[in-house]
Amino acid sequence: MLEGVKHIILVLSGKGGVGKSTVSTQIALTLVEKGCKVGLLDVDLCGPSIPYLLQLEGKDVHQSDEGWVPVYTDEKQNLAVMSIGFLLNNRNNAVVWRGPKKTSMVKQFLTDVSWGELDYLIIDTPPGTSDEHITVMENLKNVKCDGAVIVTTPQLVSIEDVRKEITFCKKTGIPIIGLIENMSGFVCPSCTNCTNIFSKGGGETLATISNIKHLGSIPIDPRVGQLLGRACVNELPDSPSAKVFNQIVDKVIQVAV
Amino acid sequence: MASIVAKPESAPEHCPGTQSDQAGKASACAGCPNQQICATGPKEPDPGIALVKERLGEVQNKILVLSGKGGVGKSTVTALLSRALAARDPNQNVAVLDIDICGPSQPRVLGVADEQVHQSGSGWSPVYVDDNLSVMSIGFLLASPDDAIIWRGPKKNGMIKQFLSEVDWGQLDYLLMDTPPGTSDEHLSAVTYLSQANLTGAILVTTPQEVALLDVRKEIDFCRKTNIKILGVVENMSKFICPCCAKESEIFPANTGGARGMCEELDVPFLGSLPLDPKVTRCCDEGKNFIEDLPDSPVIKALDQIITRLQMNCRD
Repeated sequence: MLEGVKHIILVLSGKGGVGKSTVSTQIALTLVEKGCKVGLLDVDLCGPSIPYLLQLEGKDVHQSDEGWVPVYTDEKQNLAVMSIGFLLNNRNNAVVWRGPKKTSMVKQFLTDVSWGELDYLIIDTPPGTSDEHITVMENLKNVKCDGAVIVTTPQLVSIEDVRKEITFCKKTGIPIIGLIENMSGFVCPSCTNCTNIFSKGGGETLATISNIKHLGSIPIDPRVGQLLGRACVNELPDSPSAKVFNQIVDKVIQVAV
Repeated sequence: MASIVAKPESAPEHCPGTQSDQAGKASACAGCPNQQICATGPKEPDPGIALVKERLGEVQNKILVLSGKGGVGKSTVTALLSRALAARDPNQNVAVLDIDICGPSQPRVLGVADEQVHQSGSGWSPVYVDDNLSVMSIGFLLASPDDAIIWRGPKKNGMIKQFLSEVDWGQLDYLLMDTPPGTSDEHLSAVTYLSQANLTGAILVTTPQEVALLDVRKEIDFCRKTNIKILGVVENMSKFICPCCAKESEIFPANTGGARGMCEELDVPFLGSLPLDPKVTRCCDEGKNFIEDLPDSPVIKALDQIITRLQMNCRD
């Protein structure tokens, strides 16, 4: 099913809540802005965030002869999205599954979705280094995966988990495209003084120690979290976040030639 | 017992239940991803359940700290609560069990990152942070902070069973169990093993924005499906007070009413909000005791109210 997909990018982080889904959607939207056809696959089964972040809650996935038809965000079908969120009847429902069941769902997502022709497939993952990640990695062995973008926040508690994710990538042979430090500093709207709420520079230091590329630092900007399906590079072109997303996407395009 | 675990809601319509003789063999099982596991798995209740019951017999309050969402501060809130509970009364014994296998944070947050766990005749001895505060985590068993635990579910379950049945806690007033994000293996295992051990209930942690609340709603559904009493919801990172101009800002805007709104909507108790104080974040990164270091932080005040409400809900 992935024959028509030219490039596959994973978005990983050992830590939860660092902004994997936000970064995934913004990378996808930025790629669309640059004229690419993009797919976004959400393999976070217990906490799917992509349908909400793209304002696609309540949309349905359809079956066709070729497999599951993903949900498209626009008429031109430039952004295709697949998530377990589309398969739940109610947004409050929990998916209480053990590993083996999650594994087969992830496998289905990777083999049964009819993506068609795509320039990029972005895969958003849950936190950790367990079932979902092992399954994705095993199933992508036969397909070319261009690499992983790792997301972290600057504080040590988060860096510690992300180091484990880097070890995971190294052990399983997934190339690392680079590391993004998210939530690095907050500019107070009333006095414009910058506070490093979750400290600062941890991601950069980690990138240096682990010998991976630092793709950029994204400051805390509550506006970005509220874009809900609109590209940051379009809506807030002058914000530091937009600059970083552009940098990341340029780097991704460069790596994934 | 955990009837819901025996037959998940997502199972095929006529699922015979995982404990049934027909598990994996009935016609309804055809095509179910769990079929093979059901067909080959053991049918009698896990002997671990009785072991856990016995081991935790002297633990008065057993509390799970849950959140569907990652990075909302489960570990930080667990550490804050345990430190504050321990500080309230020196005769009160408090312990923290970290069942986040892939991303253990308790050793760092409680400032015992370099410690090791010892074996004794009566089981694993936890690491003591203070005279009346002990902790156990897989972090103590890793040789290097870079080591990753790349395990599928069953192996994680084995570890959790060991943690629950083989740690020599002694007499405890509070055992707080810090969990990973989600509603999967770790949570189901903990709930199954604790099913006979008289679990007091769960504290849910969230941040105010909808993308976090969305996952926490799922966790509430999980608690209801598995019959866990919800002791209350703690909203973390609710307000940020600029250290320069003392103005409040919302970092994670509560556009949908925040945790309080969600609690009213779903009829669960709300314990309180913790503001975002960068000094507390730093304290946690360095593993320092914030109660001694930052007695004036607004977090301490908020925490005090949360604990009072929590203790009340534990007693009910």
